[in-house]
Amino acid sequence: MQQLKSEPTPEEIRDQKPYEAWGLSQREYDYISQKLIGRLPNYTETGLFAVMWSEHCSYKNSKPILRKFWNDGSRVIQGPGEGAGVLDIGDGQAVVFKAESHNHPSFVEPFEGAATGVGGIIRDIFSMGAKPIASLDSLRFGELDNPKNRYLLTEIVAGIAAYGNCIGIPTVGGEISFDSVYDGNPLVNVMCVGLMDQADLKRGRASGTGNSIIYVGAKTGRDGIHGATFASNEFSEEKEANRSAVQVGDPFMEKLLTDACLEIIHDHADILMGIQDMGAAGLVSSSAEMASKAKSGVTMDLDLVPQREPGMSAYEIMLSESQERMLLCVKKGQEQTVLDIFARYDLDAVVVGSVTDDRQYRLYQHGQLVTDVPVTSLVDDVVEQEQPSAKPARLAHVKSVETTPIKDPAATLKKLLGQPTIASKQSVFKQYDSQVQANTAVTPGSDAAVVRVRHTKKALAMTTDCNARYIYLDPFVGGQIAVSEAARNIVASGGIPIGITDCLNFGSPNDPESYWELDQSVQGIALACERFDTPVISGNVSMYNETDGHSIYPTPMIGMVGLIEDTAYITTQSFKSAGDAVYLIGNTADDFAGSELQKLQGQSTPIGKLNFDLNTETANQQLVQRAIRQHLLQSAHDLSEGGLGVALAEALFEANLGFEGQTSLTNAKLFSETQSRFIVSIRPEDKVEFEALAAGQAVLLGETTAQDQIRLQTADGELNTTVSALKATFGGALECLMK
Amino acid sequence: MMKFAVVSFPGSNCDEDLYYAITDGLHEAATVVPHTTTDLSDFDVVLIPGGFSYGDYLRSGAIAKFAPVMPAVKDFANTGKPVLGICNGFQILTEAGLLPGTLQHNQQMQFICEPEPLQVENNQTMFTSAFQDQQRITLPIAHGEGNYYCDEATLASLRENHQIAFTYRRNPNGSVSDIAGITNQAGNVLGMMPHPERAVEDIQGGTDGLLVFKSLVQAHLRTV
Repeated sequence: MQQLKSEPTPEEIRDQKPYEAWGLSQREYDYISQKLIGRLPNYTETGLFAVMWSEHCSYKNSKPILRKFWNDGSRVIQGPGEGAGVLDIGDGQAVVFKAESHNHPSFVEPFEGAATGVGGIIRDIFSMGAKPIASLDSLRFGELDNPKNRYLLTEIVAGIAAYGNCIGIPTVGGEISFDSVYDGNPLVNVMCVGLMDQADLKRGRASGTGNSIIYVGAKTGRDGIHGATFASNEFSEEKEANRSAVQVGDPFMEKLLTDACLEIIHDHADILMGIQDMGAAGLVSSSAEMASKAKSGVTMDLDLVPQREPGMSAYEIMLSESQERMLLCVKKGQEQTVLDIFARYDLDAVVVGSVTDDRQYRLYQHGQLVTDVPVTSLVDDVVEQEQPSAKPARLAHVKSVETTPIKDPAATLKKLLGQPTIASKQSVFKQYDSQVQANTAVTPGSDAAVVRVRHTKKALAMTTDCNARYIYLDPFVGGQIAVSEAARNIVASGGIPIGITDCLNFGSPNDPESYWELDQSVQGIALACERFDTPVISGNVSMYNETDGHSIYPTPMIGMVGLIEDTAYITTQSFKSAGDAVYLIGNTADDFAGSELQKLQGQSTPIGKLNFDLNTETANQQLVQRAIRQHLLQSAHDLSEGGLGVALAEALFEANLGFEGQTSLTNAKLFSETQSRFIVSIRPEDKVEFEALAAGQAVLLGETTAQDQIRLQTADGELNTTVSALKATFGGALECLMK
Repeated sequence: MMKFAVVSFPGSNCDEDLYYAITDGLHEAATVVPHTTTDLSDFDVVLIPGGFSYGDYLRSGAIAKFAPVMPAVKDFANTGKPVLGICNGFQILTEAGLLPGTLQHNQQMQFICEPEPLQVENNQTMFTSAFQDQQRITLPIAHGEGNYYCDEATLASLRENHQIAFTYRRNPNGSVSDIAGITNQAGNVLGMMPHPERAVEDIQGGTDGLLVFKSLVQAHLRTV
């Protein structure tokens, strides 16, 4: 094994232990050198091990928990383990989706961090052979009274817009919420959805001895080195200086790369053996994983890798996280066909190595062998680490909470509509091109976004959801609720939930309480997924979301896709015309634990006990599904933050309608967040049919009017105010807070 | 059948949408031609799509004007046949000198995507004859640099020659005189920031855009 003169020798590495700063523990280093390769690794090899054994690449801490997810289901074509998961949607077509977090880079350099988060997930989608058709962003920020958070919101949104708009994939939705726990640790989770013919499915495989490994896309630079390790550490203000670990994106290059790769996948599937994105840990992870999955070996000559600057070491080339790069495995003798296509797109494409049959991972530089280790030692032999787990002290004695009676529900409603988490996000969403590709049927702002599948009757509904305040109160029940709320959004839009992806944003796995929260929420998610028949087909784990010792709320973001079998079923949240009957589906109880009302009333850290029943949830969703299929619903809206009061107001805004009705609920219960509820509107002539179908699951609240007034008599008063005033608050609050 | 060419530059991202607007919406024939094409004479209409040609690096449309296809676009326009540039296509046509004025960053320096109320200012063009005079319509906009600017003299001549085809009813981006779309003096080149190709089917939220393409069919029928 060769050693470059400027680098420390294996013995110096052993003695000086630079790997500890790269996140490799002493035990892991010893295990690798003694058991896996039988000698001391050199500098390059140590770097490769450090990054491949990081949590971000190996999931070594989370794997024992992630196995509890449910990945089966009749639609699954590809589950976790590839670039993205794939589900059958009939007619020989498939939907491909995945979500990924870019939290740490977005805190250090928000514009580029968010932009490259979008870029990375897009490559995962087209590497499977799918055309990316939509993306969604789930964002979490600290409160906007802190100028740093206003800056982060502005820049992160600008970064998403700059990348997504340029590349021509509509950004159709997502969610944004605010809580002071995200101060110093914003969350940027990006989900991308692709559409493909099942026949075009490709996987990341380096198979067939002698076949060529082709590098394509941007040149490799010194940016993003150790990004994966960076993501596997807690954050501190000092590390904000760590900007070298953030990459810079070029959406124009990515557009060319997408088009060129999809052309090769469509027209030359027979010679393309495998394709994978160079994501976290760049060249090393893509090549080693492709070899591992194909049970082959790989040899590469690093002198052939396109480089942005001279003098890069093997270590730097392999660990660079320069963006817009892909690795292909192409049949020997057919390389020119592929190289010619890339040349037509003005992309750098080079044969950098070949597939071997001995399962060794070998790298040459300047004619010398600089790495020679088993592929399995980099990918498959990572030692899983089930961490100690402990129920957090705060959950030892959970009490139910009561709320004080509300005298002026109109004032409360207005305040809630002005909370940044609830207020309209149109000022953000309109910065995203949500309509390019001309297939967007429901734009951002309704329960779920809807994108039709051109030349079929089908459409896809998609949403991202997670109320982290509930997870904080009870990760097991909160996990079930996160999936249920996503499913509710899909159902309200006219779809059948078919699968999920997730971004599990948690604190450090070395903190037993964080690890317990991860375990509990995964079990809650798994339980609900099995009930809804929505397998977990892809996802990402982001741990170490702690800054200066403060952890975020555990935030397992759920990205769900639903199939709308006929575009005639597409339903939105807005009431359509005056005189329609408005019904509330589902019972309302005193559910104020973790609610926005509780936060508004000064309880910033959630308290109380969650109530949730999966059977009720399923029954109420089935009612909405049946009613939509019978064309009975003019609108359907799920009840979430702010409860009935907020949902009712939101449904009135688009068509500038009013409402008049009565309810047996109290003023306070208008803002209860009891789960499993919807409000729906029905034409007067359909009331009888709907009531027969609902059989007691729904109660008539009143009807829409043409007046600019909302009047709802309650058990202890009346909600009575002008709709236009509410709309002004709802519409303007976010921009106002940003000033 | 009429033959529409959709010119695709590296970085164009509305080329496919235009293709489908013509084939699925208008039921006419369309071909997506690459930026390397040097002869467009076989076509009846040339469409320059939206997107970010060459990444819009330097300035929107500034690199695209040097693309190999541009002399063919100019030749085509000189024959009097219709050339329609939408969004980035409008920017390219101004950069190439086929239309007067320029498109600057939106006044508020942000990208804007929303349905935009417009008014048809001149329904006597090849691109607007299917609209009523002064018809109020809604088309989606999606741009960061749609703020049309020209000097006073140019504006006066645009008005004089009835070259202003569409105006915004609530100016979203700071454009001079609310201008959303203009033609050249001969009337056979139109540039517009709103996206008619995104409004040709009900499921897209409206069909006002289809009338732009139907106008081109009417104009074609008058010539044959």
